[in-house]
Amino acid sequence: MVKLSKEEILKLANLAQLKLTSDEVSEFSSELSLILDYVSHLDTIDVEGLLPTYQVTGLENVTREDIKIDYKVDKKQLMSNLPSSKDGQIQVKRMIG
Amino acid sequence: MKSWDNITKIAFSVNEGKSSAVDLVKESLKRINEASEYDAIISLTKDRALERAKMIDDGVSQGQNMGRLAGVPFIAKDNFLTFGGETTAASNILKGFNAPYQASAIEKLEAEGAIVVAKANLDAFAHGASTENSDFMITKNPHDKTRVPGGSSGGSAASVVLGLAPFSIGTDTGGSIRQPAAFSGCVGLKPTYGLVSRSGVVAMASSTDCIGPMTKTVGEASLILDIMSGRDPLDSTTIEKDTLGYIGADSDLKGKKIGLVKEYFDDSLNSEIKDSIDELIVKLKSAGAEIKDVSLPILPSALAVYYILCPAEVSSNLSRYDGQRFGYSYEGAKDLNESYAESRARGFGREAKRRIIIGTYVLSSGYYDAYYKKAQLVRTKIVNDFNDAFRSVDFLLGPVAPTQAFKIGEKSNDPLAMYLSDVMTVAPNLAGISSITIPIDMKNNLPVAVQLMAAQKHDRSLLGAARKVEELA
Repeated sequence: MVKLSKEEILKLANLAQLKLTSDEVSEFSSELSLILDYVSHLDTIDVEGLLPTYQVTGLENVTREDIKIDYKVDKKQLMSNLPSSKDGQIQVKRMIG
Repeated sequence: MKSWDNITKIAFSVNEGKSSAVDLVKESLKRINEASEYDAIISLTKDRALERAKMIDDGVSQGQNMGRLAGVPFIAKDNFLTFGGETTAASNILKGFNAPYQASAIEKLEAEGAIVVAKANLDAFAHGASTENSDFMITKNPHDKTRVPGGSSGGSAASVVLGLAPFSIGTDTGGSIRQPAAFSGCVGLKPTYGLVSRSGVVAMASSTDCIGPMTKTVGEASLILDIMSGRDPLDSTTIEKDTLGYIGADSDLKGKKIGLVKEYFDDSLNSEIKDSIDELIVKLKSAGAEIKDVSLPILPSALAVYYILCPAEVSSNLSRYDGQRFGYSYEGAKDLNESYAESRARGFGREAKRRIIIGTYVLSSGYYDAYYKKAQLVRTKIVNDFNDAFRSVDFLLGPVAPTQAFKIGEKSNDPLAMYLSDVMTVAPNLAGISSITIPIDMKNNLPVAVQLMAAQKHDRSLLGAARKVEELA
């Protein structure tokens, strides 16, 4: 059975920019091991000679004419959703600690 | 549970000036208020709805035809971006979010005169099969308040059954329209992948996300699909609609072959559901259909494929919620990295976090081939099995879920048990085929439904056959 240790959960959380509480870490460690165990039977399925399916309707390289489209999004409304802004720009916390 | 006239009749009456869109919107808002104990609705779009209704009444009084849905109120699952109120996807991280544009599906419905009156509850980000994962509230089953309405489009399903509006719309990534339609007792359509634009819908798993109507009747679902479907420059995965549209399809089953999916009739299926389906089969035969047993040997593996691919896509799609451009942002962070990690930690619920971690795991280097790529290979087998089946039958028939609506709390502490609720609905999503839930019976005062499936782009003939199933049931 696949077992996900607490250290592995913390590493994954870090990769996903997600802080977890210690309760969540231990809960996920046991739950996710069960879920991975459930999906692991795919190992036994023979897929020799098959190609993976990434999309199902057969569309490929859908393009459009390279012209300017007047996409009616209200800038004021977009800006109103910003948690923090300054001079009409998105303001974030400092990047280097 | 008060009912509404047929949607076409309502719109006709509005266009004739015999009923008023404002009155219809007010009636819908009144019913929503009266049914608040069911917690089907997250928010109202009242002011904008009344404004639009007045605009429609004014147009009619000036002699204009205001469209095929003139003045018809409807309810959108709260993962559709709409004007006139917040769009939250039932998640704390999107609380307070005001959409700067509307979903293409909403725009198309509005262009025919329909009016969004409210936003329906769902499992946060559509992750779930019961609406218990909503960050705000648990929707109750319209037939039994101690049971779930199904999910994730549980609020949309309950809305239609409670008669809060003539129709609602939902999203179906692994069963999220069809399963709540079965649990609550309405028609729920998951069209062919790409038939309805995903633009402006909060993304869950982009390769299987589908949008569809939830209605009282199959005919009304056909009308709503006819309006929402077709190519959209804002979603490059969209496909052309059927040249004949989706209304008035042939419902004659004489000589049609219907396959019973053997793998869905195993011991896990509740015997009362099986009995109801057996009764339906007798009626289908007398209507001239040829019933065959069909086996899709890969189906028992579909759920495992889904619970690798879905979290993988979820972890990617949820990466946009970073607390910087919209939605919840943790104010106490001292630098950008802490702001990301804390905003996401506080904004996401337990199930979203669970899926982010699983998805990150199956996509991470070293595990990608064993999980993600392997799942996409098995997915090909699922597509092939459906293609083989549709070479010998016109439609496939099966249950929607192994049980009727379960009790609130029954599965909420066991994520794997909850995932198993999707066992009969995920395969059509993985293959991109069309599938519809049709209620056929009541047992123990709860609805029983079937799922009818057709090959990709056969939505029109599916809707025709579904009308016959509805009539026979």
